[in-house]
Amino acid sequence: MMMTKTKKPIALAVGMLLGLSVATAQATDDMSLHISPQSQPAPEGLEDYAHGDARSGYIYATEETRTLQDDDFENPAFLWVEKAQEQWSTPEGDANKSCQSCHGDVESMKGVGAVYPKFDPEIGDLLNLEKRINRCRSEGMQATPWKWESDELLGMTSLVKMQSRGMPVNVSIDGPAKEYFEKGMKFYNTRVGQMDLACKHCHIDQNGNYMRAELLSQGQANGFPTYRLKWQKLGSLHRRFRGCNNNIRAEKLANGSPEYMALELYVTWRGNGLPIEAPSVRK
Amino acid sequence: MTQTTEKSQVSRRDILKIAGVGAVTVGAVALTGKAQAKPEDVTAYFKKVGGDAANASKVTVDGPEIAENGNTVPIEITVDSPQTENDYVKTIFVAAEGNPTPEVVTFNLTPNSGVARVKFRMRLAATQKVRAVAMMNDGSTFTGDKEIKVTIGGCGG
Amino acid sequence: MSKAPKPRVKSPKTAAKGDVVTIKTTISHQMESGLRKGKDGKLIPRQIINKFEALFNGKQIMSATLYPSISANPYIDFDMKVEEAGEFEFKWFDDNGEVYTKKAKMQLEG
Repeated sequence: MMMTKTKKPIALAVGMLLGLSVATAQATDDMSLHISPQSQPAPEGLEDYAHGDARSGYIYATEETRTLQDDDFENPAFLWVEKAQEQWSTPEGDANKSCQSCHGDVESMKGVGAVYPKFDPEIGDLLNLEKRINRCRSEGMQATPWKWESDELLGMTSLVKMQSRGMPVNVSIDGPAKEYFEKGMKFYNTRVGQMDLACKHCHIDQNGNYMRAELLSQGQANGFPTYRLKWQKLGSLHRRFRGCNNNIRAEKLANGSPEYMALELYVTWRGNGLPIEAPSVRK
Repeated sequence: MTQTTEKSQVSRRDILKIAGVGAVTVGAVALTGKAQAKPEDVTAYFKKVGGDAANASKVTVDGPEIAENGNTVPIEITVDSPQTENDYVKTIFVAAEGNPTPEVVTFNLTPNSGVARVKFRMRLAATQKVRAVAMMNDGSTFTGDKEIKVTIGGCGG
Repeated sequence: MSKAPKPRVKSPKTAAKGDVVTIKTTISHQMESGLRKGKDGKLIPRQIINKFEALFNGKQIMSATLYPSISANPYIDFDMKVEEAGEFEFKWFDDNGEVYTKKAKMQLEG
């Protein structure tokens, strides 16, 4: 269903799905409840982009878009990554430190991107990679934190996360992370906005179907930050959340807001086992 | 397929609503605001540059059948040419029939190019034909085109 | 990226005489078409890379005139027939008068 080139009229989907009910699962042992009741086998050659019922956005992309992602030169996100590579060893702030001063070469970040968002016991809150990097800036370097959607923060987040490329997403929802996870899951399943839709309506119930011209993906986070062809630039997962909320005519929340942080944990956890693809290319 | 809950039944109404998501989200496209060019504008442009009598051969315009997003559409143009001192493609004119202006890009090649092939990414405001005219060093012209569909009105964000 | 455009080039470090090699180029640039309206409802002025040039040992391999229909972060790839060792020079010309350049060396094999 997800790979067919023929556009399936939404009317067909109506017939197919009428009366089908889907769980707002409380249990986390049956992943199909969090991902898709109609997950198809991964297309041949793309098995690496699937894990259990989870399917990376890469599988939903066209061949042309995948080609853009596959080559680190053709992938436009690397314009940002290359700048971040220079930034990595550039001292800044009152402490006159660079990332390199504490962490050595950026390769030392291998594995880090796979486990964020993560509960940080020191500050007693959930941190994603963007917040973690900015905390390094404000605490370690005594430099000004970068703005959320700035080229600098997007580039550095991508650079750090891509050190884990190909490693499985592996965020923890145990212990103190649990309450964030549950909050995120609740957000995901709660109807909002003038259209009165929840995340799940598009990305679980209708995943694999067309919404007008749009093939609905599972809304996986393993490729973020992503270069979106539509944005014509690199962008964050929270920017994508804002776009989704805007489309269903709901209130756009602030980047880094507690709601989006919890949502990021839930959404990322849905893709545990998918390979890290950041920085990906998506439509 | 048959989990049950008290909550979040997928109703017919929901699916109709989903079909309307993104319906008001236009304006993020890079090329907006003006009336679109017409196929005649491209013909006039090619005439101006001396390619109106081009022979429909030798030029291949390659791109996706359907562009996922009109802001970034990869296009590759190849001209059948030995690209030697005596016989080479001098200029490739690329034009679009449905963008605000017909001109897209003009390449000046040389015998140093080795082959007559270029790849680039362009904006497409709507489903349209991308056309190319290749002018050889002796002034002869060849042309090729490709129709590319652009899907509009998905969910933006 | 609105700030200082950054060119990137991928060209071979070594090649054999007679080879035809592919050169990939891109630069971070918004390619503002001049047709978009800003939040204030006014047209955002056009600012694009309007020209690109590739030279090898000072000799032009190819050049391109770009229009607003070219995507943001313009990407161009093309080919060159290898005759000698030397240096590539790439130039991007901005509507605002700036010229961004990047150089890369290539040696002959064997």
